[in-house]
Amino acid sequence: MKLSPPPYQPKNAFTRWLDDRLPVIRLWHDVMGKGYLVPRNLNWLWNFGVLAGIALTIQIITGLALAMHYVASSNEAFNSIEAIMRYVGFGWLIRYGHMVGASLFFAALYIHMFRGVYYGSYKAPREVVWLIGVLLFMLAMATAFLGYSLVWGQMSYWAAQVITGLFSVVPFVGEKIRIWVLGGFAPNAATVNRFFVLHFTLPFVILAVVGLHVWALHRQGSGNPTGIEVKKAEEVVPMQPYYIAKDLVAIGVFLLIFCSLVFFYPNIFTDPDNYIPANPFSTPAHIKPEWYFWPFYAVLRSFTVNFMGIPAKLWGVLGMGLSVLVWGLLPWLDNSPVRSGRYRPVFRCFFLLFMADILLLGFCGKQPAEEPWIRLGQWASLYYFAFFLVILPILPLVEKTKAVPSSVEEAEKKRTDA
Amino acid sequence: MKNSEAKNGKGDMSKDVEGHAFKKPQADLSEQTDKALSGLDRRDFLNVAAVGIAGMGVCGAAIPFIAQMNPSKDVSEQSKTEVDISTIQPGQTVKVVWRDQPVFIRHLTEQEITEANAVALSDLRDPETLEQRTKAGKTNWLVTMAVCTHLGCIPQGSNSSEPRGEYGGYICSCHGSAFDTAGRIRRGPAPTNLVVPPYRFISPSVISIG
Repeated sequence: MKLSPPPYQPKNAFTRWLDDRLPVIRLWHDVMGKGYLVPRNLNWLWNFGVLAGIALTIQIITGLALAMHYVASSNEAFNSIEAIMRYVGFGWLIRYGHMVGASLFFAALYIHMFRGVYYGSYKAPREVVWLIGVLLFMLAMATAFLGYSLVWGQMSYWAAQVITGLFSVVPFVGEKIRIWVLGGFAPNAATVNRFFVLHFTLPFVILAVVGLHVWALHRQGSGNPTGIEVKKAEEVVPMQPYYIAKDLVAIGVFLLIFCSLVFFYPNIFTDPDNYIPANPFSTPAHIKPEWYFWPFYAVLRSFTVNFMGIPAKLWGVLGMGLSVLVWGLLPWLDNSPVRSGRYRPVFRCFFLLFMADILLLGFCGKQPAEEPWIRLGQWASLYYFAFFLVILPILPLVEKTKAVPSSVEEAEKKRTDA
Repeated sequence: MKNSEAKNGKGDMSKDVEGHAFKKPQADLSEQTDKALSGLDRRDFLNVAAVGIAGMGVCGAAIPFIAQMNPSKDVSEQSKTEVDISTIQPGQTVKVVWRDQPVFIRHLTEQEITEANAVALSDLRDPETLEQRTKAGKTNWLVTMAVCTHLGCIPQGSNSSEPRGEYGGYICSCHGSAFDTAGRIRRGPAPTNLVVPPYRFISPSVISIG
């Protein structure tokens, strides 16, 4: 049974007139206002979708300002960013904001994603919400990589070289594709130009896809920590004012962290090597991506020998690609009828291990390509894929889940009693 | 002929009007059967043809937009680099630029040549002898791209102060591929040996790459 929210009622002559012609206030009412009913038992983990949206907004605003001063040319790019830092009014603030904003965007995204896994948010009927989310994650990764390259420091240049090198694994035409993507035999003037155009355009694509994400979510309504669908009017509250207020508190805390980082630790996430201008004739001794790509980078490096007739290089790229795409398969890999991790004790253990495993993978990805990090990364990669492809499909067959309460109300009553 | 046909037609129609009420639905039925059998009536055909032609047009129009991303002429026509190798001592490697990419020119020592020749081809991921990778009578000159065949980093080892890995040639610190003194892949994720670019000796002391 679907709960029926209060319909929008224009209050005066102007809003009545406007509602007949362009129902924008009605749209707001239905999506973010009193017309959207949200389970009343959401915990703080449900704030991170909005926080990712705030981070995206920060990125777009600071990015627009930076684009007014950035010069997309292999000779000028690095210098133009140094000029932004030194000569442009508040340029240092805007650029540090963009750098820190990118990290916080991914931090919010990762928490949002882990929340989805723990509480089974991807399960029917919200598979499409999840799929669009995975698409958003991939778009964010592409945008972040392109933006990082634009700095045209040593790490930027070699990131562009290595990441476009991934295309060269395609059989027969790989090298041609790589040259086509770069517009040259190695990253060059044409590369900076096109990366800038794409980096500028993709955030607006992301914005549009976020619209789809929210649309798909609101079709079924938000989930909640119990994993039980809301059935009664007592189990929900309207978005406005209850969750708007809660989100504002979360946004306040988020901005506090953001400002602390921008003002006191602006370079905490960056590699000092990226303050050396790009040199196409010298690779830094230890290249590594930004922190949010370390786990995937570790997967890429875990394949060191040819096997099953497939070269190590192709395995590495396939493995890294699959480590992202496999998130999109979650709704079909996990068939447990119980949605929330609260009622799945065995799943909870494997999930915690999975989070620890990702941290370990990230740590290995940060280290130089030497032992013991490669071997450790291989074991961590093995568990990463085992969690998705073996543990999640098998668990529903063997796991004895806790009794799932019949309603959200009952579940929350039990929790407060306990 | 036409007249008589028209007359016949008219005659048939007047017959319909006169009471053969089932004739028209019968014709429709057979039309439907035809459609079911072939799966395509005239309107479907026109739709498919129109969408097909428009699709081909869109594909054609996409060609320039895809092609513009290829290297422009000023980049793609950078074809040749000439290098004087007379000053490179045995054991020394120099890096030169060809088509925006670095190239290693390595003057191998006797020991490095012996090491390279001592390796059994069956031990190699990409089996090639030093002879195959150098010019006849010039096995002491190893010319390779300084681009790791894994993901394109520049391997270390051209300078004696840099690490050369356990096989004495080059080591790529990005993802840990090690190359021997013939520039052949021995360990790590790189799929093939360092690429030997097209080059020739235009005199005993000058090579032309490209």
